[in-house]
Amino acid sequence: MELYRKSASELSALLNKKEISALELADATLARIEAVEPAVDAFLSVNADAMREKARAVDEKRARGEALGALAGIPVAVKDNICTRGVATTCASKMLENFVPPYNATVVDKLEAADALIAGKVNMDEFAMGGSCENSAFKATKNPWDTSRVPGGSSGGSAAAVAACEVPLSLGSDTGGSIRCPAGLCGIVGLKPTYGSVSRFGLVAFASSLDQIGPFGRTVDDTALLFDVIRGKDSAHDATSKDCPFTMPGSDVRGMRIGVAKEYFGEGVSEEIKTAVLRAVDEFKAMGAEVVEVSLPSTGYALSAYYIISSAEASSNLARYDGVKYGYSGRRDGSLTDLYLSTRSEGFGREVKRRIMLGTYVLSSGYYDAYYKRAKMLQKQIAAEFAAAFEHCDLIATPTTPTTAFRLGEKLSDPLAMYASDICTVTANIAGLPGVSVPCGVDSEGLPIGLQLLGPHFSESKLLTAAKCFETAKGGFAVKEL
Amino acid sequence: MGMNDYEVIVGLEVHAELCTETKIFCGCKNAFGAEVNTLCCPVCMGMPGTLPVLNKQVVDYAIKMGHALNCRINRVSKNDRKNYFYPDLPKAYQISQFDIPLCEDGYIDILVNGQKKRVGITRIHIEEDAGKLIHDDSFDGSLVDFNRCGVPLIEMVSEPDLRSAEEAKAYLEAITSILLYLGISDAKMQEGSVRADVNVSVRKKGSTEFGTRTEMKNVNSFGAVYRAIQYEAARQVEVLENGGVIEQETRRWDDAKGCNFLLRSKEDAQDYRYFPEPDLLTFEVSEAHVQELKDSIPELPVAKTIRYMQDFGLNQDDASLLASNKARSEFFDSCVAMHKCDAKLVSNWVIGDIARILNERRIEIGDTALTKENLTDMICLIEKGTISNTAAKTVLETIIEEDVSPAKVVEEKGLAQVNDADALQKIVNDVLAANQKAVADYKGGKTNVAGFLVGQCMKATKGKGNPATLREMVVAAIEAL
Repeated sequence: MELYRKSASELSALLNKKEISALELADATLARIEAVEPAVDAFLSVNADAMREKARAVDEKRARGEALGALAGIPVAVKDNICTRGVATTCASKMLENFVPPYNATVVDKLEAADALIAGKVNMDEFAMGGSCENSAFKATKNPWDTSRVPGGSSGGSAAAVAACEVPLSLGSDTGGSIRCPAGLCGIVGLKPTYGSVSRFGLVAFASSLDQIGPFGRTVDDTALLFDVIRGKDSAHDATSKDCPFTMPGSDVRGMRIGVAKEYFGEGVSEEIKTAVLRAVDEFKAMGAEVVEVSLPSTGYALSAYYIISSAEASSNLARYDGVKYGYSGRRDGSLTDLYLSTRSEGFGREVKRRIMLGTYVLSSGYYDAYYKRAKMLQKQIAAEFAAAFEHCDLIATPTTPTTAFRLGEKLSDPLAMYASDICTVTANIAGLPGVSVPCGVDSEGLPIGLQLLGPHFSESKLLTAAKCFETAKGGFAVKEL
Repeated sequence: MGMNDYEVIVGLEVHAELCTETKIFCGCKNAFGAEVNTLCCPVCMGMPGTLPVLNKQVVDYAIKMGHALNCRINRVSKNDRKNYFYPDLPKAYQISQFDIPLCEDGYIDILVNGQKKRVGITRIHIEEDAGKLIHDDSFDGSLVDFNRCGVPLIEMVSEPDLRSAEEAKAYLEAITSILLYLGISDAKMQEGSVRADVNVSVRKKGSTEFGTRTEMKNVNSFGAVYRAIQYEAARQVEVLENGGVIEQETRRWDDAKGCNFLLRSKEDAQDYRYFPEPDLLTFEVSEAHVQELKDSIPELPVAKTIRYMQDFGLNQDDASLLASNKARSEFFDSCVAMHKCDAKLVSNWVIGDIARILNERRIEIGDTALTKENLTDMICLIEKGTISNTAAKTVLETIIEEDVSPAKVVEEKGLAQVNDADALQKIVNDVLAANQKAVADYKGGKTNVAGFLVGQCMKATKGKGNPATLREMVVAAIEAL
């Protein structure tokens, strides 16, 4: 098997046995990126020199017999809203096209400490706003299963790079489904961890109370391995971070109670997806799990609450891009207002401006109570319903997305249709819960379908155990040859 | 009708920078006067992806002020974002507190013309300071200094309980003196570490309805507070007397010109779109810790002033002057606790010659060698008549420099008062002989020249004579002529 097809765990074994060197792996990775990037367009920048340099350092460390990190020599792609010291971090926006942070995100420090090779920065919807990766100011990433289709978003580059075997692992961020949706549409594994379990320091904020960094992999074990490296409280930098107990996934789901909520199988979800997900639930039953019906009655309101809360926070978080300090700067020969107006009109794309306007509106005096306050009340209600449901089950199985990958351009002129792609995933962000998407089959056009598993706070071990058992039962997840 | 037919209503919003070690949300040093943009980091400059972490010392300091101002402490509190665009605010929002301030519903007692007055405190909340814009003729446009970004502030909002410029000034003086007492702020208005926004309205005397208020910004000294209120109250009365109405607006005080200007009208009022700061969790302070902070509050200036007036018979001016400086009043307290000499004399020395020397040298009492033992010993020597007040000033100059007993200083410098009647009589005779004209004037009825003659005698004794004894002897000698 080609090196690029191998999982991170397999590559680690080869490196440990010195059958390959980290430098060879770096070179193979760069060759693979060069070969498939023209079709996939996942990367915004490739870090060839730094990657080879780190690979050499890892090889030397190994030769000296020094202890190595958990991801020694393994290439990882990083979403371009995660700050990398000395390397442009653009958020796929003209606004930050030339922004080079003088600091690393905590997760990047952790990757470096684990001796990983950072392969480069990957594409996304601008400031993580979008469900197709088409809202990038620079290029649209394509779905490796069908390059006329979107990879999903907003972490489309992270998902496509892994699905196209450019790298075995990547980091994305998930505010309303931005890890799970592209994982589902690209047929790979994507974990959105419990809110707070991974430090957000250095993740360029979209909606602070919902944003969460998480891993992508082609296998559950790989995904778990990367999660294990990045998780943990970061009290010096992120007041909302928490310690997350975690053990690598086990191989037994006997006695586990899998909940099914009818609210996730309603209108708008394709019949093929419903069938595939329910078949997956049957699979769990066959493995010895118990299936229980649960009720999450407020699910229908979640999307509205999500777009109010996330846009409100975004309008505030993105106000700092004013042309004064860094990033795109508009007219400097006029008044201060001219500078603000030109910078923000020209620097942001349409979708970002739409969210800023929405968010500004819902926080405005006279509208706050009707929108923001009610959305926050709904948030409490949704969280309470999940807590009640988890008294009857360990995990809840749902579809990841309502449809499989759609065509490039198909939903660009219909923002509401695009927003609806998040219908199954926003609830986990609203309630701060962990969720994982694993492939559970393909539709009639051969496009991947995602199964989403949701669990209570800090249930990552259990979630990934269930995911791994499912993977084993399926005999592994398919990789699409490009 | 005129000014005297109106009552002035004032409420103050006072911002004080807290003198914590580090800034409120990052590890940068909290200091004043450093070179521009040397005390800032990606966090206080609001760079993408950075997050705030709340400095607990800020919470402690604010709670101390809350106790000092008799507030209810909200043990469960939170931060909120106040959104507005300005180049000195790098995140384009200020992290502040909106609906749950750390401290609420307090009061402060101030002294105005010997009368105690109670002023309500609506709330005290914590927030971050913004940076500073620099304008200079040497370049086009403006530059930004981010050093002050993230310096912790408390904002203290009073009820509209103040009724004159004088009361407002006394209130502000009382607040700053408490800040210094608690050691939580440098409280230097001239450096901007205490800043006041002044809300003023007027109403006809006897009316119970409040008039429309205006808010004045840029009021940067105690004197400016007084002047700004006098001006604004007069302006409002003039508007009303001419049949006009007061608009709710923000005005800018120009202390150099002695007048204010419209900054923005109510229509231009900004919508700050406050909402809970999602990067910081709701925080809780334990009951035990709140109590611990309460127990650490020292006796505060107004209480001290009243005690000095009641226990030692000091007048209000002396008592409040003494109480306003924590170090000096504590030194006074320690001297008085020795019960060796009259408290009033100690007070006179502390707020008189000692204060003069400290102020001249810009030092505090702790920076000198002066001890409570030496000062009280010196005062005892005066009380016993061993030295004159004049000689005591010389003793003070020495004991402020080194820890040496006043008795020894008196002995070494030969400062002991001369009470030897024969020696003094000779001096009196010599002085009278040398000042025949003054003697004649005295006999002609100008008895106040006696003071001049006593002074001449004191000079001849090099300050060691007892002035009271000398006066008696001078008068007796002239009358015997």
